[in-house]
Amino acid sequence: MKQKTLLIGSAALLVLAFAGGAFLYNAKKSEEAARAAERNRSHLVRMHSPSLGSSGAKVHIVEFFDPACGTCRAFYPFVKKLMAADPDRIKLSLRYAPFHERSDIVVRMLEAARRQGKFWEALEAVLASQELWAPNHKPQPELVWNFLGGIGLDFERVKRDMDAPEIASLIAQDIEDARTLNVTMTPEFFVNGRPLPSFGYDQLKDLVDNALAEAYR
Amino acid sequence: MSDAERAPRPGWMLVFACWLVASASTLGALFLSEVMAIAPCVLCWYQRIFMFPLVLILPAGLLPFDRKIVRYALPLALVGWLIALFHVLLAAGYFPESIRPCTQGVPCTDEQIAWFGFLTIPHLSLLAFSTVGTLLILTRMKDSR
Repeated sequence: MKQKTLLIGSAALLVLAFAGGAFLYNAKKSEEAARAAERNRSHLVRMHSPSLGSSGAKVHIVEFFDPACGTCRAFYPFVKKLMAADPDRIKLSLRYAPFHERSDIVVRMLEAARRQGKFWEALEAVLASQELWAPNHKPQPELVWNFLGGIGLDFERVKRDMDAPEIASLIAQDIEDARTLNVTMTPEFFVNGRPLPSFGYDQLKDLVDNALAEAYR
Repeated sequence: MSDAERAPRPGWMLVFACWLVASASTLGALFLSEVMAIAPCVLCWYQRIFMFPLVLILPAGLLPFDRKIVRYALPLALVGWLIALFHVLLAAGYFPESIRPCTQGVPCTDEQIAWFGFLTIPHLSLLAFSTVGTLLILTRMKDSR
């Protein structure tokens, strides 16, 4: 039947146009992102960021994250595993992009814990209990205290330190750099200055593997 | 059935054109939200609710041709058209602040795209609903003759 052919043919054409358009658009976008990252490289790494791994490592992962972001929590063990596989050659820096309302208060707690040398412990406690203090993606920073008990923090000092102007300006700097680098979603990863071509575990692993192969030929 | 095979009713092409417009609009809307990551506002969602089903309903009246399809599809097109009209007027600032909906999330008055400097997403929606509605009404007039 001719009409049937016409209908099905048009449907196939439309879907094809959609897929082709999506492919071209994404290719263009990721190229633009890579160029923007290259241009704004000075905004990518700041001395003030908490880092993990050997300082001489030639592969540097910069992660923009939000303590209230569920995907950041899901990615955390993966990033740790990636680091653990090659601790001397990979370095991780964390930068803040507290896009959730009030999650900047949680960031301030983390930075205050950092002054007591307990940043990573606090981060892990915060991520592990994320669903409890941020029900329905609405962070309630006052609940976070309930989950920081086990790591030996001096709460009085945390409460005093978290209002420090240095911490506020550090967070403001991170947010500004995130904007410059076009980070609109968390987590966002840069490996030696290159952004993820598209989002996913495998893409991050590929990017790290390529950077390792390039840096340690 | 055999009638439709040999000589397509005049309405067939009209309903088919209607389906093309609805499908292009649907894919276009999905492109904006899923590929370009532009979050749809509340009014956009209501327009989607009346546009997306047309993609599936119209072919049911095309194979084989069934003139009753106009009765089923036109109400969707009309309500969608009204919402699109409201959206265009809202974006143009014809309503006072107090009756503007959706202040939470994405404001419906945000201009995400302006093709040729003036053609916004609500304009495209209104254009699509107008075309679909007109074609359906034409089908009904042609076929009843």
